[in-house]
Amino acid sequence: MNVDKKLYTLKYSPDKESHLTPNQSECKVCKSKCCTYICPAQVYEWDENRKILIVNFENCLECGACRIACERNCLEWQYPKGTKGVTFKQG
Amino acid sequence: MEKRENKTEVIVVGAGPAGISCAITIARAGHKVVLIERGLFAGSKNVFGGAIYTQPTLEIFPNFEQDAPLERVNVEHKYMILGEEDSTTVSYRKNENSSYTVIRAKFDRWAAEEARKAGVILVEETVVRELLQKNGKVVGVKTEIEEYYADIVVLADGVNSLLAKQIGLRKNIKTRDVALSVKEVLKLDKNVINQRFNVSDKQGVIHTIFGGPMLGSLGLGFMYTNEDSVTIGLGVTLNDLVEKNYRPFELLEKLKEHPAISPIIEGATLKEYSAHLIPEGGYNKIPKLSDNGVLIVGDAGMLVNNLHWEGTNLAMISGKIAAETAVKALENNDFSKKMLSHYEKELRNSFVMKDMKTYRNLMDIFHQRQQAFLSYYLKKINAFFEMFTSVNSVPKRENYWKFIKSIFTDRKISELFKDIWALIRLVWSILI
Repeated sequence: MNVDKKLYTLKYSPDKESHLTPNQSECKVCKSKCCTYICPAQVYEWDENRKILIVNFENCLECGACRIACERNCLEWQYPKGTKGVTFKQG
Repeated sequence: MEKRENKTEVIVVGAGPAGISCAITIARAGHKVVLIERGLFAGSKNVFGGAIYTQPTLEIFPNFEQDAPLERVNVEHKYMILGEEDSTTVSYRKNENSSYTVIRAKFDRWAAEEARKAGVILVEETVVRELLQKNGKVVGVKTEIEEYYADIVVLADGVNSLLAKQIGLRKNIKTRDVALSVKEVLKLDKNVINQRFNVSDKQGVIHTIFGGPMLGSLGLGFMYTNEDSVTIGLGVTLNDLVEKNYRPFELLEKLKEHPAISPIIEGATLKEYSAHLIPEGGYNKIPKLSDNGVLIVGDAGMLVNNLHWEGTNLAMISGKIAAETAVKALENNDFSKKMLSHYEKELRNSFVMKDMKTYRNLMDIFHQRQQAFLSYYLKKINAFFEMFTSVNSVPKRENYWKFIKSIFTDRKISELFKDIWALIRLVWSILI
């Protein structure tokens, strides 16, 4: 089962603006880009053509793994607004 | 601006087990307390493995066994050691009620409602963005909408505790000090669960899972039974995921496909997927838990006993002890660092800090001997039973000696001595 199907089981109330803001100039020189594989919701995707990190913030599970793992320490990480983000019904 | 209407005695940030236990204890002592939760309701952002423990929960909620939304009472604990394809299981069973599985969206919500009934003012859907400080003392919180003042602010804002970080009590966490856990709640008919887990209605089984897709990684799997669903998940230290290029949900898929697991969950449908960080740094990574006007409880204080899978109990009891200190401070009208450090002293006298200290060397030793303890010996245990159960017309004595010889020849002999030394150090640090 792919991750999209897993995420489909969750209730989200996405915000219009991202609560996750990477510093793209740091992302360009980041070697591991580990956020693109450690994230349990696959929020981050590296676009090789445009050389930018795509942030699918609306899928975020708010775990904080990317915040700690980011090797360039360049991720501005906040909680979504009080009415926004994921709601777990089976946590 | 500090005005009478936006000032209370205690603000607790975060309505998980730690925050709710703290707030309800303060309210029961007759003091004003505001509990702020960022989710739609208490429990809506919370994820854990699966079980709460009866004795510590009774200390906070004497009525929970009658009134709380509980799934099943755990009567059996199974330890599964998975090889690539085979497995060995040790199991302990006793019909007692020492823990229950719960769904946090239901249980935390119920507990927060109990707190509200006790007089706690519960404010949901509100994110505390920063702590307000004045003359080196925490004096309140700033939410998205307003500033709110209190004599004491209790940080129960979970493993990421951005607030403890803001005031310098928590340093940047390292990837080896947290585990990323992913889990799935799988819908399965109640009677099918009863049959597959060999239990009757309302009885459940906890599985601790070693190895399998986590062979060689510092990680464990878990499986819990709910009333009509099964929870399966795993947690792996974040540095292992980073270094090994693992996608956590792919590890979970592999675990679900393991021959020892897949028949148990066959035909089950995914109800909900979730993820959460677990503090794994242990005793040496616990920050200072009190300062002028502020106390830290639960995961925010890294209070998790990872070997025994205890977290919610440490959260509840740390919340309760923090509340007792807060009440004392309110009665003396003294919110200084010195007065509030009483909390840390009481915590050190309790099982909370004693247990954390007992396992102070555990994580370091496991990081050092990870390949040996979490891959080699797990495979070796399965290899022993494979040898022991095989019927192949080879004389048994030959099989035994071949196995014994392999322990000395599989790896460099120095590895064996390192393992023995690590084990002695570990057992010594636990017992002495």
